[in-house]
Amino acid sequence: MTTRFSTSSAIPVKLSLLSAGIFLGLFFLVPLLLVLAISLASRGTYGGIAWIATWENYQRLLDPLVGTIFLRSILFAGLTTLVCAAVGFPLAYCMARVSRKWQFILLTLVMIPFWTNFLVRTYAWVLIFRADGILNTLLIKLGLQEEPLPLLFTDVSVFVGLVYGYLPFMVLPLVVAIERISPQLEEAAFDLYASLGAMFRHVLLPLSKPGFIAGGVLVFIPSLGAFITPYLLGGGQKMMLGTLIQQEFLVSRDWPFGSALSFGLMGTVLLLWFLLGRTSYGRDSS
Amino acid sequence: MLFLYLPVLILIGLSFNASTMGVAWKGFTLQWYEKLMMDPSILDATVNSVVIALVSTGLALILGVGTAIGLEKSQGVPMPWVNMVMVLPLVIPEILLGVSLLMVFVLCQIPLGFGTIIIGHMVFNLPLTVVIVRARLRKLDPAWEDAARDLGATSWDVLTRITLPLLRPAIWGAALLGFTVSLDDFVVTFFVAGPGSTTLPLKVFSMIKTGITPEINALSAVMVVVSMVCVGLSWLFQQRSTLDS
Amino acid sequence: MTIMNMVNVCVLLLTLGVVGGCSESSTSSESNASRRSTLYYFTWSDYVDPDIVAKFEATRGVRVVVDTFSSNEELLAKVQTGMTGYDVVVPSDFMAGLMGRLGLLAELDLKKIPNVQHLEPHLQQLPFDPTHRFAIPYLWGTVGIGYDGNVVTEPPTSWEALWDPQFSGRISMLNDEREVFGLALRVLGYSLNSVDPQAIQQAKHKLIAQKPLVKAYTSEQFDQLLVAGEVVLAHAWGGPVARAMRERPSIRYAIPHEGGTIWTDCLAILASSPNRALAMDFINYLLDEEVALLTSQRLLFASANRHVRARLPVPIRDNTAVYPPDEVLPRMEWMEDVQEAIRYYDRAWTELKVQ
Repeated sequence: MTTRFSTSSAIPVKLSLLSAGIFLGLFFLVPLLLVLAISLASRGTYGGIAWIATWENYQRLLDPLVGTIFLRSILFAGLTTLVCAAVGFPLAYCMARVSRKWQFILLTLVMIPFWTNFLVRTYAWVLIFRADGILNTLLIKLGLQEEPLPLLFTDVSVFVGLVYGYLPFMVLPLVVAIERISPQLEEAAFDLYASLGAMFRHVLLPLSKPGFIAGGVLVFIPSLGAFITPYLLGGGQKMMLGTLIQQEFLVSRDWPFGSALSFGLMGTVLLLWFLLGRTSYGRDSS
Repeated sequence: MLFLYLPVLILIGLSFNASTMGVAWKGFTLQWYEKLMMDPSILDATVNSVVIALVSTGLALILGVGTAIGLEKSQGVPMPWVNMVMVLPLVIPEILLGVSLLMVFVLCQIPLGFGTIIIGHMVFNLPLTVVIVRARLRKLDPAWEDAARDLGATSWDVLTRITLPLLRPAIWGAALLGFTVSLDDFVVTFFVAGPGSTTLPLKVFSMIKTGITPEINALSAVMVVVSMVCVGLSWLFQQRSTLDS
Repeated sequence: MTIMNMVNVCVLLLTLGVVGGCSESSTSSESNASRRSTLYYFTWSDYVDPDIVAKFEATRGVRVVVDTFSSNEELLAKVQTGMTGYDVVVPSDFMAGLMGRLGLLAELDLKKIPNVQHLEPHLQQLPFDPTHRFAIPYLWGTVGIGYDGNVVTEPPTSWEALWDPQFSGRISMLNDEREVFGLALRVLGYSLNSVDPQAIQQAKHKLIAQKPLVKAYTSEQFDQLLVAGEVVLAHAWGGPVARAMRERPSIRYAIPHEGGTIWTDCLAILASSPNRALAMDFINYLLDEEVALLTSQRLLFASANRHVRARLPVPIRDNTAVYPPDEVLPRMEWMEDVQEAIRYYDRAWTELKVQ
């Protein structure tokens, strides 16, 4: 990183850098600090904030009730990530190994469902899972079921919704990572009489690790704080972290506690981020 | 693949279904498309969303490109920390972003509305732009710039005639992605929107709660078609420009 | 595409955006004249009827912008967090009382709302606002059980029907803390406005016992679920059940013998509204007999205007989901603000949801 661009002395660059700095400082750092401050305050009688310092909100985080919600959300997010990885890998592999032209087409095809509204896409799953929905109607018509399966508003439906929503985030980094692996390595493995499974385990997987990690992060973090998907597909049954935070702000109007929860969420995420940073990244690869 | 498309296809299919509530097929009809055209609130929301997306992406681009270039070059700045602050808005759960912005607006008594939504969107669009542009910037060969300088170009010239054009794909990528993300954003918008500044995702959410009318199905079908057309056009465009270069 | 082209495109995009933004936001950014001719109406998601709003817009030459919410707490949260751009809001009874006490509502000039004389007798002296200082009833009704008569062959006579293991997985409850706990409290013999922590804990345990049987906690989708057959017993507000009856005639409505909530949603004006005169005009308009008649016919909710009842078609008038029979009224209880005790409810509700 020796000879670098000397354009930074150009005025517009300096100006944008400065403005960006001010903007982010004002609308990102300051709000965060504010939330931190509020998380140390108390709740007013009818909601709102009473500026009385207290640790109570953070103490409540240690409450088994909250702990359960944290764990459950982490579990869900983790499971979602794993399934996304499992489902995404084959797809990414195909996309990476195909000609340029097809690659572009496939990539676009993957992105297009994204252009429809996230809410509507998730809602479509409600239509599929309902007792009178597509899936059940099909199953009954084919004679596989007598009664409709209760699919909606279960852990399963939320799970499917999450996987569906975040799959592209896993696929794209994987494609980038797999592309970097020279196909000759795979051929070499075969030349050395490796079985398909062995080649997979010892060559493909380890080399795709950066892709998995990037994709994993991109899936895990939003899943952890998700509240739309559990709301639409979960029927208000299971309290997850995102749902709880939203409820604290908009229903119970306990802003200090909601803030403490949000910080707890962020803390978890940052912890993960650091841990991952240690294991692989660190360099300028992206 | 099929998995990805299933819900979309179902939505499109249902948009022609005559039934109001259920999924059972009750006859082919275009009435939902008609209602869509005539429903002012949905159209309003769509326009709002597009405008907000354009403005926030545009501003993020302007600030972001310069920031990316500036960051790549600067010495003496504590890079790891700056990097982290840059990326943080993207990593943090949206709900925290939304809530924190709301708190700031409320305590400073800033009325919620268009402006606050745009600010909210910029908070994640800006880092997005910076990250994307920087990634591309790193791959650029400094030789181009050096050559230009040797030929006597000023900083401004180097910037506009060499760097920016070389960054073109990244800038388009950032613009496209930023626009998409802004258009689709729900969580942050949910918290910072004001009366009358409903965006499409917010509108859809309230419609879902009351029992989604198939108008939304029709709208989704339209959106899918529009995006396919857009992508098709940009692909054609790219084909031509690769011929040029 | 040269650099100049690219710059041009960026500038063009930005200008488009800004121009579009300006023309859009001129309705929400305050040029006084345009603000005075726009009314912001914040109401329940199923109270919106575009025709009724359009008629007001046409006759007064103004614009009405409608936003919706789906729970009282959401309304309060939004107003407390600065969504004070609304003129007319629609809080339920106890929420209206609370908001009035918090100074969030404007005082009404009843001379500008003559239709207030036409209120139903039982709505004229409400505990939370007897003189209609802040709020005027708009629509009213009950909370009961919506059920599918083909599946649930014996009409439910008690709230305990919602604990019937026979229908496990096909029961839905409202996603409303006070309503759900109110129900449990009534079953246990307490008032639904109880402030006794012990009573609330008991109610919580009863609800936890019920949870495995519950398909969903929802305040907006239970009508769809009834129609779809996902749910055969629903803790429900009357209006949506009446609408569901249209799609699936086997659906019925029952009010258990323990009694439940009688509610009225009221029209009120935010204290911060710059458009009080117009807002009061709108309130009067909504209570006007013709408009109220249309509202009730469309939305299937009982109108606060007493003259409407006689003019409604018989199927609507006699539908118990819309107009509860007179003999039921004495058993019903108005929901009231429980003040500090709401913390017990909040906590118990979260505990219930986490199970």
